[in-house]
Amino acid sequence: MIRKSAVEMAGALAKGETTSVELTQAHLDRITAVDGQVKAFLHVDAEGALAQAKSVDARRKSGEKLSPLAGIPLALKDVLAQKGVPTTAGSKILEGWRPPYDSTVVSKLKDAGVVIMGKTNMDEFAMGSSTENSGYGPTFNPWDLTRTPGGSSGGSAAAVSSFEAPLAIGSDTGGSIRQPAALTGIVGVRPTYGAVSRFGLIAYSSSLDQAGPFGRTVLDTALLHEVMAGHDPKDATSINAPVPAVVAGAKSGDVKGMKIGVIKQLQGEGYQKGVQARFDESLQVLASLGAEIVEVDCPSFEYALAAYYLIAPSECSSNLARFDAMRYGLRTGDVNGASAEAVMSATRDAGFGREVKRRIILGTYALSSGYYDAYYGSAQKIRTLIIQDYAKAFTKADVLVSPTAPTTAYKIGEKVDDPMAMYLGDVATIPVNLAGICGMSLPAGLAEEDNLPVGFQIMAPAMQDHRLYQAGAALEAALLSKWGAPILDKAPALGGSK
Amino acid sequence: MALPTYEEVIAKWDPVLGLEVHVELNTHSKMFCSCATEFGAEPNTQTCPVCLALPGALPVVNEKAIESTILIGLALNCKIAPYSRFARKNYFYPDMPKNFQISQYDEPICFDGFVDVEIETEEGTKQFRIEIERVHMEEDTGKSLHVGGATGRIHGADYSLLDYNRAGIPLVEIVTKIVPGTGKYAPEVAKSYVAELRDILRGLKVSDVKMEQGSLRCDANVSLKPIGSDVLGTRSETKNVNSLRSVERAIRGEMIRHAELLNDGKKVKQETRHFQEDTGLTRSGRSKEQAEDYRYFPDPDLVPVTPAAAWIEELRATLPERPSLRRKRIKEEWNVPDKEMEAMINADVLDIVEETVLLGADPTKARTWWLGEISRIANDKNVGVADLAITPADVAELVALVAAGELTDKLARQVVEGVIAGEGKPSEVVAKRGIKVVNDDGALMAAIEKVCAEQAETAEKVRGGHLPAAGALIGAVMKETKGQADAARVRELLLGHLGVS
Repeated sequence: MIRKSAVEMAGALAKGETTSVELTQAHLDRITAVDGQVKAFLHVDAEGALAQAKSVDARRKSGEKLSPLAGIPLALKDVLAQKGVPTTAGSKILEGWRPPYDSTVVSKLKDAGVVIMGKTNMDEFAMGSSTENSGYGPTFNPWDLTRTPGGSSGGSAAAVSSFEAPLAIGSDTGGSIRQPAALTGIVGVRPTYGAVSRFGLIAYSSSLDQAGPFGRTVLDTALLHEVMAGHDPKDATSINAPVPAVVAGAKSGDVKGMKIGVIKQLQGEGYQKGVQARFDESLQVLASLGAEIVEVDCPSFEYALAAYYLIAPSECSSNLARFDAMRYGLRTGDVNGASAEAVMSATRDAGFGREVKRRIILGTYALSSGYYDAYYGSAQKIRTLIIQDYAKAFTKADVLVSPTAPTTAYKIGEKVDDPMAMYLGDVATIPVNLAGICGMSLPAGLAEEDNLPVGFQIMAPAMQDHRLYQAGAALEAALLSKWGAPILDKAPALGGSK
Repeated sequence: MALPTYEEVIAKWDPVLGLEVHVELNTHSKMFCSCATEFGAEPNTQTCPVCLALPGALPVVNEKAIESTILIGLALNCKIAPYSRFARKNYFYPDMPKNFQISQYDEPICFDGFVDVEIETEEGTKQFRIEIERVHMEEDTGKSLHVGGATGRIHGADYSLLDYNRAGIPLVEIVTKIVPGTGKYAPEVAKSYVAELRDILRGLKVSDVKMEQGSLRCDANVSLKPIGSDVLGTRSETKNVNSLRSVERAIRGEMIRHAELLNDGKKVKQETRHFQEDTGLTRSGRSKEQAEDYRYFPDPDLVPVTPAAAWIEELRATLPERPSLRRKRIKEEWNVPDKEMEAMINADVLDIVEETVLLGADPTKARTWWLGEISRIANDKNVGVADLAITPADVAELVALVAAGELTDKLARQVVEGVIAGEGKPSEVVAKRGIKVVNDDGALMAAIEKVCAEQAETAEKVRGGHLPAAGALIGAVMKETKGQADAARVRELLLGHLGVS
């Protein structure tokens, strides 16, 4: 049962072939069996999940009309506040904190009867691309336990690809959903900025952060997207418009006549051979389905990485100032009448990891008087140029495509001492965040040289998220019939039964 | 060297002012969340994830605060920006939950305004124009209470208590351009400016403007330059100036302190100073020599403020009359003597008197009632006149009853008592208490005859043509009729009776 899609599980629930309690327990058992190896979860809320499952079963039994994902278990990235459940954002500075409130995403999940099984590991405050920056140790890629699952939403991606959960929620500030989806062979979507409420999402970079869904199929992902999206008056940047018809898009799966733009700057040099090969193959598949492939030029993308690493650290230097030991979380150094300032300083020193400190320092510097224009100001100008590049490209194509990440999953520890190498892994995903548009990664097969999953990225204009699902579903169906079985069937068995 | 006298200071130095006034708006909810804003609530009972800066919480702008700020800008003759943004002012302090304050930086919502103030001098009334640089929105911080230690300051305290009820209360900051050319009147001009602002804000009903509760706070920047020089001196910024009188004292004190330093060839330090209410002096606060770098940047959690031009015009149309102009108009229209005008302002009865006049009462009569009998009762009860159960409509009715001869002034006072005691409208009190002017000439004549018999000697004097003596007899008749008689009629009848009409 746990290897089925969420849609199939929902069908079984509706037909009474299983219950949410059974389904949830099966996943909790899977977590017990394999999470010692994968380490996708920071906290498993078995009791809460089973209670929720029981309540959904009762509602179903009473004949209540339930939402399509009611009773389906889910893994939640630890960056989203869930009332009463430990929420750390992967940081030691929040160890033991239990929010007194639900994030809007969690409220929506609860309203839809989705069963939240626990909180998943992540790079501390979502800063990283490998989940190695977690304050609680790394998550391991189910395809090869010596490799990273990507990040920052590595825990959520690993949970879905190891069948610990059929669905998961991540957040994507520079590629943190799409890149781990690519590296673990699943589907991940970063919705349009403002489409999903950020209320209760612990902020890394407010103008770039966006929560989004993971699934093993395009349709599963669309169903979760539909549950979590929508206007929220508690988030001033939330878009007040209906949720794009993502489920309809996933169901149509038609690319006939669709113009698909290949971004010249996001392929070729710097991309692993097997990654490029799978990307090219997917393009051919799409063309064979009747899509028109065109090439588009986005010259400003060259500066995207630089702009990102000024904007995101600048915002985080301010967003993370609230972690000061005064009201919640870690407090150290409060001895012998130490001043508030000394306690703040000692706590932040002890509670934040190296990458977080690096970015706070970088951002503090970039916002400093005398440097603001040169750094933050220039980065904002590049952001505008990237928006213009996209706008121009979308006049020639309905969706744009690229490999999601330049390489397949790399070894744990391989890039930890070389932040620049790590940062380069986000070169293809970051432009979407800077422009505030939407993007999807879905499996394009395995790279020949290492037999590891390759992600295919699709990008669409703001609030045209349904196009991602339309094109994604078409490619998914064509590749599935080509492979004969879902890609995750090729992943090696983990310690538990497969 | 002794402190120079104020006269010595102004003989040599020319003060330049700059005033920053913070106003707490009286919105029902905070600037960026829906928490209540009531003053004096139990510590930390008016807080939520947003104003406590819990992880993940987000601010949403209070529309009413924007409306109030635009009203203030319009009342101060400012331009209203069609596009302005909130910015984060980053610095660490325990009473600021986010460790940044949401404020406005280079894109304030209102800018380029002015306020004219008048002060009375020995050379007559002088007018000064105070130019407004900007009016912007921000949020207040929480409050720290430092326990232990001598000064109540964080330094030397054993521990501190934090109350976040105030964190996130909407604040409007009104910043003047530098104010030159006030010379020896600088302290008075500053005081008049703050008073004028207070009146304007009170008229707009956007703030409680209570300086003693901190809902209006003034920071005074002062510098001195040699008379005739164009080069500005180094300024000090005095905070904690919590009354109009303190504004005047603080500036005067700083002028003297600066002059002493400069006369000595010393330098004025650019710093924040704290005004000491008891001594009238300031003491050094944190030094601003190394200007703090607040790393302002646009708040990415908030969207730009873009008020529609039509809305701004709608708000402009609701602006009340400027308080100082209104006072001038009222003074002229009602022909009020200076002293009486001042008394009305001090007693805060201008609004209520005007309402009474608008309901048809004679201005002098209306003023006399509110300022006299009714104020006296209010004082006795230790409340404001507005808190008494008597309305402008009641007073207007009372004035009309007296004018119609149905009540004497003395009887009217009894009616006021009745209205305030909750016995109803004046006509109802008259009916219930059976208060009535005695118009029956027969009854009056009987009283007159009785009084003239009792005071035969006085009656003789009047009969003999000594009219002033009639007063005593009239008084006695009034007493005899328990004040219900019309004194004019009594006089007429009395004089007729004594044959001197």
